[in-house]
Amino acid sequence: MSQKVLLTSKEIDIILHRLACQLVENHTDFKDSVLIGIQPRGVYLAERILNILQKEYKLKDLKLGHLDITFYRDDFRRSDKPLEANKTKIDFVVEDKRVIFIDDVLYTGRSTRAALTAIQSFGRPKEIELMSLIDRRFSRHLPIQPDYSGRQVDAINEEKVAVNWKENEGEDVVYLISK
Amino acid sequence: MSELSVNHLLGIKYLKKEDIKLIFKTADHFKEVINRPIKKVPSLRDITIANLFFENSTRTRLSFELAEKRLSADVINFSAASSSVKKGETLIDTVNNILSMKVDMVVMRHPNPGAGIFLSKHVKASIINAGDGAHEHPTQALLDSYSIKERLGGVKGKKVVIVGDILHSRVALSNIFALKLQGAEVKVCGPKTLIPKHIESLGVKVETDLRKALEWCDVANMLRVQNERMEISYFPSTREYTQQFGLNKKMLDSLNKEIVIMHPGPINRGVEITSDVADSENAIILDQVQNGVAVRMAVIYLLASKIKQ
Repeated sequence: MSQKVLLTSKEIDIILHRLACQLVENHTDFKDSVLIGIQPRGVYLAERILNILQKEYKLKDLKLGHLDITFYRDDFRRSDKPLEANKTKIDFVVEDKRVIFIDDVLYTGRSTRAALTAIQSFGRPKEIELMSLIDRRFSRHLPIQPDYSGRQVDAINEEKVAVNWKENEGEDVVYLISK
Repeated sequence: MSELSVNHLLGIKYLKKEDIKLIFKTADHFKEVINRPIKKVPSLRDITIANLFFENSTRTRLSFELAEKRLSADVINFSAASSSVKKGETLIDTVNNILSMKVDMVVMRHPNPGAGIFLSKHVKASIINAGDGAHEHPTQALLDSYSIKERLGGVKGKKVVIVGDILHSRVALSNIFALKLQGAEVKVCGPKTLIPKHIESLGVKVETDLRKALEWCDVANMLRVQNERMEISYFPSTREYTQQFGLNKKMLDSLNKEIVIMHPGPINRGVEITSDVADSENAIILDQVQNGVAVRMAVIYLLASKIKQ
C-alpha cells in the first residue's frame, strides 16, 4: 500500500477560502440559503466553510444542518459491511430554501443521490447545490456534478482518496492511497 | 459492533449486552426519523414482512405494522381468527405457504411458549417473536428499557420493581432478562400465588408488600392481571387485589421520592393503577408506546440487514 499527498494543509486552506468566496458570490447574504453537511465526513468541511463565512464575511444567522443518508442508500443488504447510521440534525425547515450540500469527496454520486431523497423528508427546497472538496471525475455512476469543487482528481477505482481533518485526524491533508 | 449476534429475535435470553446497545443506538436514529415531517425511509423497500397474529393484539400489531411501513417494507397481515388454522392446518404449513409467496421476515404472536423458536428451526425466514404465551415478549422489554434509559439516563444500577401478575406475564420474564443483562436491580411484587416458584434463580428478589417495593425502587412497571390466562382463582377478588397491589395517587404522593411509572398496556384503570396515576407526570406510558415504534424499526432494520440477497 502506498500513499501520495494530493493536497497539503496550505493548499486545503486556499481551496476552502476560494469555495467560501464562490458561495458568497452566489448567495450574498444567505437569507434563504442553508448549508447541509453530509454525514459522516462532509460535516467537517461544512463546519470549516461556516467558520470562514462567519469570520471573514461577517455573515450572521447562518444555518448549518447535518444530514445522515444511511437509510436512503441503495446498497442496503448489498455491501459486505453493515451500514452504520449517524446523527441527523436539521433544526430548521428547508421548504423554499436554497440548500447547499457539502461533502468531502464526490465519487460515484450515489451518496448525493441518497442525500437528494433524504432531504425531501424535511420539505421541498427551492434548489439544491453541491459542494465537494475532491471531485473524482470519470468515476460517476449517476448524472451528478458538483457546483463548487475544490480539486478534480483522476483516480482509478482501486485507489482511495482520504481526506483528513485537523479536528479529527490531527492534520489537514488529502491522500491518494493505492493498494 | 455494528451487527446483531442473532438472525432472529426470539427472546431477550438469546441476546448479548452489545446487541441491546446496538438496538438502542439504531432506535435513537429512528426516533429522530419518526418525528420528521415525513416519517418514512426507503431502506426496506425490497423486504416483505408477514405479521402473523395467532392471538389478539392491538398495540403490538399496530406498532409493528407502523414500524414496517415507516421502513418502506411490504406488509401482509394475518390473524388466526379468519384463517385456515381454524380448518386444521399446522403452524409450519401455514407459515411455509406464506413464505412461498416470497416473504423475508415473520413477526409472530402465538399462545404457545416457544412457538417462535420452533418455527425458526423449520422455516427459512427471520423470525421476530411478538409474544409467545407466557414465555417472552422481547420487543416490549427492549422498549421498556429504552424508555427507562431515556427518562433516567441509563439502566445500569437502576432499581426496577415489576408489580402484578408475574406468573402469566411474558413482559415480566423478558423485562427481567433485559434489565439484568444491562445491570439493573430487579424485584417482583404481587400476590404469592401469581409469583412463579424459584423466580429468585433469575437473580430477582421477591417482595409482597407494595409500599416497601415502591420505597425501594426508581421505576415501577405495573402489569395487568391476565384474567384470560387464569383457569383458577389466584386471589379472592379484584377489589382485594386492588387494595393490596393497586397503585393510587395517595400512595404515590406519600413516597419520599419521585418514581417513574410504566405500564405495558392495556391498562385496567382502577385495578392495577388508578387513572390519576396513569395520567400523572410520573407515568411514561405513552412514551413507551412512541418508543415502541422506534425500537421495533431498529430491530427490523438490523435483522433485515442480515438477510443476504
